[in-house]
Amino acid sequence: MIYFNKVSKVYPDNSVALDNVTFSIAPKEFVSIVGHSGAGKTTLLRMMLLEERPSTGEVSFESINLNDLRGEHIPQFRRRIGVIFQDFRLLSTKTAFENVAFAMEAAGVPDDIIQTDVPEVLELVGLEKKIWSFPHQLSGGEKQRVAIARAIINQPEIIIADEPTGNLDPVNTYEIIQILKKINDLGTTVVMTTHNKGIIDTLGKRVITLETGRLIRDDKEGKYIL
Amino acid sequence: MIWLDVKRVAKAGFVNFWRNGVVSIASVFVATVTLYTVGILLLSSAFLQASISEIKNKVDINVYFEKDAPIDQIEGLTNRLRSLPEVKDVEYVSREQALVVFKERNKDNALIIQSLNELPDNPLGAVLNIRAKEPSQYEGIATFLNQQKEKAVSASGASIIDSVNYQKNKIVIDRLTAIVSAVERLGFMASLILGLMAILVTFNTIRLAIYNSREEITVMKLVGASRSYIRGPFVIEGLMYGVSAAILATFALYPTTFWIRNTTTSFFGSFNLLTYYLSNLGQIFLVLLGTGVVLGMVSSFFAIRKYLK
Ligand SMILES: Nc1ncnc2c1ncn2[C@@H]1O[C@H](COP(=O)(O)OP(=O)(O)OP(=O)(O)O)[C@@H](O)[C@H]1O
Ligand SMILES: [Mg+2]
Repeated sequence: MIYFNKVSKVYPDNSVALDNVTFSIAPKEFVSIVGHSGAGKTTLLRMMLLEERPSTGEVSFESINLNDLRGEHIPQFRRRIGVIFQDFRLLSTKTAFENVAFAMEAAGVPDDIIQTDVPEVLELVGLEKKIWSFPHQLSGGEKQRVAIARAIINQPEIIIADEPTGNLDPVNTYEIIQILKKINDLGTTVVMTTHNKGIIDTLGKRVITLETGRLIRDDKEGKYIL
Repeated sequence: MIWLDVKRVAKAGFVNFWRNGVVSIASVFVATVTLYTVGILLLSSAFLQASISEIKNKVDINVYFEKDAPIDQIEGLTNRLRSLPEVKDVEYVSREQALVVFKERNKDNALIIQSLNELPDNPLGAVLNIRAKEPSQYEGIATFLNQQKEKAVSASGASIIDSVNYQKNKIVIDRLTAIVSAVERLGFMASLILGLMAILVTFNTIRLAIYNSREEITVMKLVGASRSYIRGPFVIEGLMYGVSAAILATFALYPTTFWIRNTTTSFFGSFNLLTYYLSNLGQIFLVLLGTGVVLGMVSSFFAIRKYLK
């Protein structure tokens, strides 16, 4: 469903973040992207979200060439994707409920559906007791659960997670990965970057390895090899 | 669909305004200072206008007629004067009225009163007091009167006009004209600069407030919110800054006018700033509200543009 075709990215300061990368991701896959710091993992994810555009080559999503998307088509496209970040990025003036509801409101979902769906999804990630808490009242693990709830609320076709466990302790890390696995088992594609060897080795899923912007390995049931 | 978005944007704007606590208070405070400045400018200009027109009203030129000037000729001249576009009003003082006024003005001077009483006849001629709309227009009226002086002749062939006191008043009038236009120009420049500064300060404050939210704006974009859906609540917050600041500034002007009245009544005569403020309260508030709302919304609209690219 996602195709990277000879994608290179050179930032304006001439640093090469991606160098002629080609691969594709099939529906319902769980793909981990690994590589040293600065290898280009985040850059790669940002291309799928249209935060950056390739310097050369093209990224497509199903039959859409992302290079062609402009204006209002960009937010519409992003609603088909759920995003999760290392630093959670919740909206600080909104409660857990409102953070999740925001993604639905922005998509124009009617109020009655929001009222029933949001508590359900928050329960799914184990946060039914913290629905009305603000981000500053939540622990890191709890914030990441809110972020996951926000990412999946619109039933996206794909979840993009950039080091989702980077700021979490081992217990929370394990639980967040379990949630992502569950989402994947239910049929959503997941693309995740991580530096955590343990996660990769126990997952036993596809691993793409980047090194200084080049794709050097792509293993079906990969291990963390660097 | 659109109505749903409008409702959500408005609600988010109000909620953010409330929850942003310190940021909102700071922005409202700065906007209040701005609108207060605008209010002071409004009051000063009203005050200036009142003072200027009061001074202008004290200036006129007078036409002194001969004692035997026929009344119908005086009326003719009066009508011709009234039809001039520069003339604001023409006051006719008959010989008898002139005498009464003269006596009244000199009632403490026994010698003058006594000499008057000994005269067989009223020694004074009728007078026209002419006021122009602008001090600069007296020159033209004086020229007109000089032409009339030659035309308006009585049966005996002598002019009915004894004298026009323009030359005597000319220096005062010229100086006043210069002062009035200088004060008006200065006031306009000062308002422009002060107003512009106040607007820039408010715009910058709002820009800073939005700068604080730049990361959240990025998140909203990535979650799939459209530009207008992200921008909307910020514009509503700007509106709230404007409304709150207009209310506060209008209130803050009250003690100011009160204080100014108490310190300046003796100096500035009849114009009372407090009365002016109270009787124009609604209008002042509406001007401040309009300024505040436009300033807040436009500032927010443009300040967020950078982060929506
Ligand atoms: N906005 C930018 N402008 C210029 N250079 C950038 C920009 N973003 C990233 N880079 C550069 O591109 C390269 C890849 O960065 P990227 O963030 O993709 O790495 P990463 O693999 O995600 O690293 P990490 O594991 O530390 O998150 C780095 O050399 C980085 O300095
Ligand atoms: Mg990264």
